[in-house]
Amino acid sequence: MAFTVNINGSPHSIDVDGDTPLLWALRDVLGMTGTKFGCGVALCGACTVHVDGTAVRSCITSIDSIGDSKVTTIEAIGTTPAGAKIQEAWLDHEVPQCGYCQSGQIMSASALLASNPHPKDSDIDDAMSGNICRCGTYVRIREAIKLAAQSSAKGG
Amino acid sequence: MILDRIASRASDTNLSRRNFLVASAAAGGGFVLSLSLPLASGEAASSENFAPNAFIRIGSDGSITLTMPYVEMGQGTYTSIPMLIAEELEVGLKQVRLEHAPPNEKLYANPLLGVQATGNSNAMRGAWMPFRKAGATAREMLIAAAAKRWNVDPKSCHARDGEVIHQGSGRGLTYGELAADAAKMPVPANVTLKTPAEFKLIGTSAKRLDTASKINGSAVYGMDARPPGVKIATLAQSPVFGGKVKSVDDTAAKAIKGVRRIVRLDDAVAVVADHMGAAKKGLDALKIDWDEGAHASLSTQDVARELEQATLKSGAVAQTIGDADKAMANAATKVEAMYQVPFLAHATMEPMNCTVHVRKDECEIWIGTQAIARVQAMAAKAAGLPADKVIVHNHLIGGGFGRRLEADGAVRAVEIAKQVDGPVKVVWTREEDIQHDMYRPYWFDRIAAGLDKDGKPIAWSNRFAGSSVIARWLPPGFKDGLDPDSTEGAINLVYDFPNFHVEYVRVEPPGVPTAFWRSVGPSHNVFVTESFVDELAAAANQDPVAYRRALLDKNPRAKAVLDLAADKAGWGQPLPKGRGRGVSLQFVFGSYLAQVAEVEVAKDGSVRVHRVVCAMDCGTVVNPDTVQAQLQSGIMFGATAALYGEITVKNGRIEQANFDTYQILRMNEAPAIEVHLVKSPEPPGGMGETGTSAIVPAIANAVFAATGKRLRKMPVDANVLRS
Repeated sequence: MAFTVNINGSPHSIDVDGDTPLLWALRDVLGMTGTKFGCGVALCGACTVHVDGTAVRSCITSIDSIGDSKVTTIEAIGTTPAGAKIQEAWLDHEVPQCGYCQSGQIMSASALLASNPHPKDSDIDDAMSGNICRCGTYVRIREAIKLAAQSSAKGG
Repeated sequence: MILDRIASRASDTNLSRRNFLVASAAAGGGFVLSLSLPLASGEAASSENFAPNAFIRIGSDGSITLTMPYVEMGQGTYTSIPMLIAEELEVGLKQVRLEHAPPNEKLYANPLLGVQATGNSNAMRGAWMPFRKAGATAREMLIAAAAKRWNVDPKSCHARDGEVIHQGSGRGLTYGELAADAAKMPVPANVTLKTPAEFKLIGTSAKRLDTASKINGSAVYGMDARPPGVKIATLAQSPVFGGKVKSVDDTAAKAIKGVRRIVRLDDAVAVVADHMGAAKKGLDALKIDWDEGAHASLSTQDVARELEQATLKSGAVAQTIGDADKAMANAATKVEAMYQVPFLAHATMEPMNCTVHVRKDECEIWIGTQAIARVQAMAAKAAGLPADKVIVHNHLIGGGFGRRLEADGAVRAVEIAKQVDGPVKVVWTREEDIQHDMYRPYWFDRIAAGLDKDGKPIAWSNRFAGSSVIARWLPPGFKDGLDPDSTEGAINLVYDFPNFHVEYVRVEPPGVPTAFWRSVGPSHNVFVTESFVDELAAAANQDPVAYRRALLDKNPRAKAVLDLAADKAGWGQPLPKGRGRGVSLQFVFGSYLAQVAEVEVAKDGSVRVHRVVCAMDCGTVVNPDTVQAQLQSGIMFGATAALYGEITVKNGRIEQANFDTYQILRMNEAPAIEVHLVKSPEPPGGMGETGTSAIVPAIANAVFAATGKRLRKMPVDANVLRS
């Protein structure tokens, strides 16, 4: 059957089996390729999206579990205040290298900042340790999250 | 194709006396400079065989487009090489656009590898002089064109921000306005390059050109290719390398919504579907019976035993200085050890994938590859087509590390696509990616040293065995039983050893394919040599830094980085119980690097790396921020290997499958990293792989400092360290 899912503010009709992971509906059915496939079993975080503002792994989120919830992906995260700050900090600190995991990193970091404007190191560890980066950009991710938090503090 | 046309006309166009540059007109009134990057052998191209392998095009709109042999996989090449051109051409970095080079081994051979490939940390090393000279040459020709138009002395004109300015009158013409005329100017035989004091861009942390697209999901990797009508396939390859499909029951798979067809190959089965969700579900529903073949009982222990035996026989002599045997016989103390490093997977974040459309008489491929011409050649063979009928589109690479120097994934995709109407994207699951990787080789070392009565090493002898990746990948590179990668880091050490002997025995493990990996040869050799030097310091009862330092009188650059790293790390200052500092020093990939790692060993034997201090002399630093990023990256990659990295084989199968069994360092485990650069006027050295090889012995030596236990086998084994 077809499911109607609200993605980035618009309804999308997706005709797949209900147990199909959201990741593949986004990438292969809708052509929204910013959300990445890394492991398929919620071990790497490359596929992270927001469902009602909470970071979830789209590779294990079935399409029939979403209902009326609002899905936000990397393509639209810049329209949220936290997402825009995180993107800006990512640019400022030159975080990405190969860049493949960074959609997921930014989605996890944006969810963190939206719920916790002044994360401590331990909060950053908790929120970000589910996202693997093979290029090892962790040092810069941490710095960038702190920068984004500062710019929040300034009300920017 | 415009580039082919330019190349074929090279002989009758405007050739410089140095024969490394050709100028010609481009379509639409532009100007193209074609460069010939010198080959590794240093041979200069002659006018008869001028073969350019990089192109700078200045359009009539003033745009500057660079096509070159190197690809971007995170290492910053798409920024640092344009910096060289922009510097000499006097344009802003953002004005330089890059185009992925199409496959053409003849056109785009990597000057240090001889084939079209990005690897071995040599992009900047190969590009440093040719691209600056090309930029300066283009600038001089643009100035000459302006001077001619104004009928003034070229010396009264200068270039600035994409314009030529006449000093006397203040008149200016943009590069776009001058491009067509510049193409007709003679190529100057000699150009003067800027001195370091005149650099405006080189040496600055210029912002990367590719970051913006990597923060909003718009960057396009091979995985993101979507030609119209594309189907998605995923596959199961024989769980034992070399096995075959005996039978397949696909009844249940075919009934799944979205599954379009099942493709059976000799040694793999693929499910083609509308989307990956259906393809994976279909794959899970297949019942495949395998004929496991010759390697069905293979284990890691079999491989290690064969390598150990191989080190008892003589091998090819990689380097010999003095008489190590004689000196060893006279030594006051003899230290002997055996070291082993495991097979390692690449685990690039972007799993292997390749999109292929096989048509009646041609084949089109979408992929992210470090070696596009290799992909073209091997795909052509698999498709039964001539190479020029295979069109390859390259993309950004979601992690290379040597995995994408291989074309096995493209060959698989072609085999599958031959049985599918329309384009098909073959996506490997993470499990397939790890269990059918081509692995960093397992190596085994038998090493010994003789010390005099003061503890100074008077003899060094090392014989190691393992796979030669070069022998398979680039056969001419394997000569007289040796190749430059397998031995790098084991020979030409920074230390002054009077009697030194190193042999290599090539042994190809059965049933486990091997490949390049970040830092490959040095990832093994630096671990062994730097751990063993540490053993010698311990045997001599000396401080590891002081011991190394005493062997560096003939190597001031090595001594300088060692001193700087030790100083910045607070070497010698007390640490809490359970913590230790370890040092490593290397000269590989053309750069000097010293690292001090500070680790903590817990009661359960687990190791935490808290801090890593690096001192790097990589010659002239083109982009300090990129150097820092590459060191951070290489260290995380190497620390992951040291703490977790191990691929093991049991019953012919790879035992690891996903990030639970093949762990990668995570945010909560990431050490603080400090990078200190030594100023140097030397040409740039390699960067991308240096951090990886240096960190492994630094960690192992730090563990020794903390626990007194010497780690001679990687990765760290908590059982050995439990207290």
